[in-house]
Amino acid sequence: MSILTRGHSATEEARNRTFGPLYSRNAKAVIERGLMAIRSTNWLVMLSGFFEPVLFLISMGVGLGAIVGTVQGPDGAEISYAAYIAPALLAVSAMNGAVYDSTWNVFFKMNFAKLYQGMLYTSLGPLDVAVGEIFLALLRGLLYATGFTAVMGVMGLITTPWAILMIPASVLIAFGFASLGMGITSFLKTFQQMDWINFIMLPMFLFSATFYPLSVYPQYVQWFIQAMPLWHGVELLRQISVGMFTPATAVHIGYYLVMTALGMLLTTVRLRKLFLK
Amino acid sequence: MRNKAIVPSNTSGGVPARHQAVIEAKDLRKTYGDVAAVDGISFSVPAGESFGLLGPNGAGKSTTMKMIGAVTQRTSGTLSIMGLDPDSHGPEVRAHLGVVPQQDNLDEELRVRDNLLVYGRYFGLPMSYLRPKADELLAFAQLTDKAKSKVDALSGGMKRRLTIARSLINEPRILLLDEPTTGLDPQARHILWDRLFRLKEQGVTLILTTHYMDEAEQLCDRLIVVDKGRIMAEGSPAQLIREHSTREVLELRFGSERNATIGAELQGIGERLEALPDRVLIYAHDGEAALEQVSSRGLRPLTSLVRRSSLEDVFLRLTGRSLVD
Repeated sequence: MSILTRGHSATEEARNRTFGPLYSRNAKAVIERGLMAIRSTNWLVMLSGFFEPVLFLISMGVGLGAIVGTVQGPDGAEISYAAYIAPALLAVSAMNGAVYDSTWNVFFKMNFAKLYQGMLYTSLGPLDVAVGEIFLALLRGLLYATGFTAVMGVMGLITTPWAILMIPASVLIAFGFASLGMGITSFLKTFQQMDWINFIMLPMFLFSATFYPLSVYPQYVQWFIQAMPLWHGVELLRQISVGMFTPATAVHIGYYLVMTALGMLLTTVRLRKLFLK
Repeated sequence: MRNKAIVPSNTSGGVPARHQAVIEAKDLRKTYGDVAAVDGISFSVPAGESFGLLGPNGAGKSTTMKMIGAVTQRTSGTLSIMGLDPDSHGPEVRAHLGVVPQQDNLDEELRVRDNLLVYGRYFGLPMSYLRPKADELLAFAQLTDKAKSKVDALSGGMKRRLTIARSLINEPRILLLDEPTTGLDPQARHILWDRLFRLKEQGVTLILTTHYMDEAEQLCDRLIVVDKGRIMAEGSPAQLIREHSTREVLELRFGSERNATIGAELQGIGERLEALPDRVLIYAHDGEAALEQVSSRGLRPLTSLVRRSSLEDVFLRLTGRSLVD
């Protein structure tokens, strides 16, 4: 018989599923596609993302650290400068990876590779695409965080088993940035606007108590930095790295939970604007 | 529905009974700001029909296709695809569709066969179904030996065929083709037409936009002529030609200087005269007889050609403009 009219039960079944207006409960197909693409072309790009924080750690931590010596850790004990900045670099890398995946990557796949256009001519809904892409971003974040934590271990910068919790905490940080980043991308139309993202990220990276304590700033600057998301990530991972937990830890985690919830809400509300044009 | 089309026989199971409308549009409108891309069009397509939207660039064909494809929301009017509203049931509507967009949007990061497999996964289809199906479709698209190639290594015609093969992965009931052969060389076009004709024979409902009249004549049972977001005429290609043009057309070229001014000297020959910048068209029942009349008036055109009327002439008559400008 003919190629189309065979009436496969598989195709009938796939049509008779329950669909939502924006969701077909098939985000896993988007994830599969992502993994397949990584396997065939993108693994080198993946690898470079892993090396970035490692290179920073070697240059600043080991190089600059030789001049700085030891500094006071979150719990008041003296630790090496490398051990001080390593958790911060991990937070930065979680932020960078998540923001890159949810902004530039989404923007490119939307407007140039036309990837989402193809996906949305199928029974996938925009929510399947958003969930799948965020999951992929988090998976990548998980791999990087695991690799970086292992490097910290090799360099002797880990002193407590609590440090392993930096891995899930990095994924939480990535989740916050990825969900918010995707929502924000829905408002951006041109490359010039996309550049604003870098304009916000770079100062946040440099000034969020990444390389030195917050106390060097006057009080009002401190308040401003404390309102920014990256500072909470840096402090959270720094606390975990020495196994010190205070009420502030809960505040940092809470900050990211709220950020993730608001980001997902914004992304969901903006789904049509983001993917259906 | 004004013109009930002759629906090709359809013996397959699982496809809606013939004459039952699979697409129903009423006063469909889409505006972008102040601009109305689609300005109140109504049509109905029965199952198994091959239905065309013919019009120049910017007529609103692609926008209409996107609304049918449930990727663009309409501004007003009603639209039903397989009995469902695409604005509120996007994924469910698209589960029935195969879409060939105007520009190929193949996944350049995946290889040829993987493009088909992954696309099938988007529809929620199992691998056990997809593996043999992908091979079958590669053969259908004459791409079997390219299964492991990268997509960007394919020629334009191959990419187009792969896009069409991909659109068939879910055995769609309705196939949407937006300018399927634009940018292809004549040989590639003919291969594609042959593939599309086979699908039509198998009872697939084809919705296609084109600005090529030969394509519309070859593939469409019925079509609407669209201009500036509105329907100018509706009917089968033969019917439209009969209603809006003469049987034959005499094309004369007098050189770009004289084409515009020769009109007066040709008065009275044929039923109607159309002076274009590059040629003069005389619409007549008998083209040869009209040409004799031209010669008998002592006029010597640089070239002359008698041909059958085409949809191009219909379009020219309806809108005063050519399809491809």
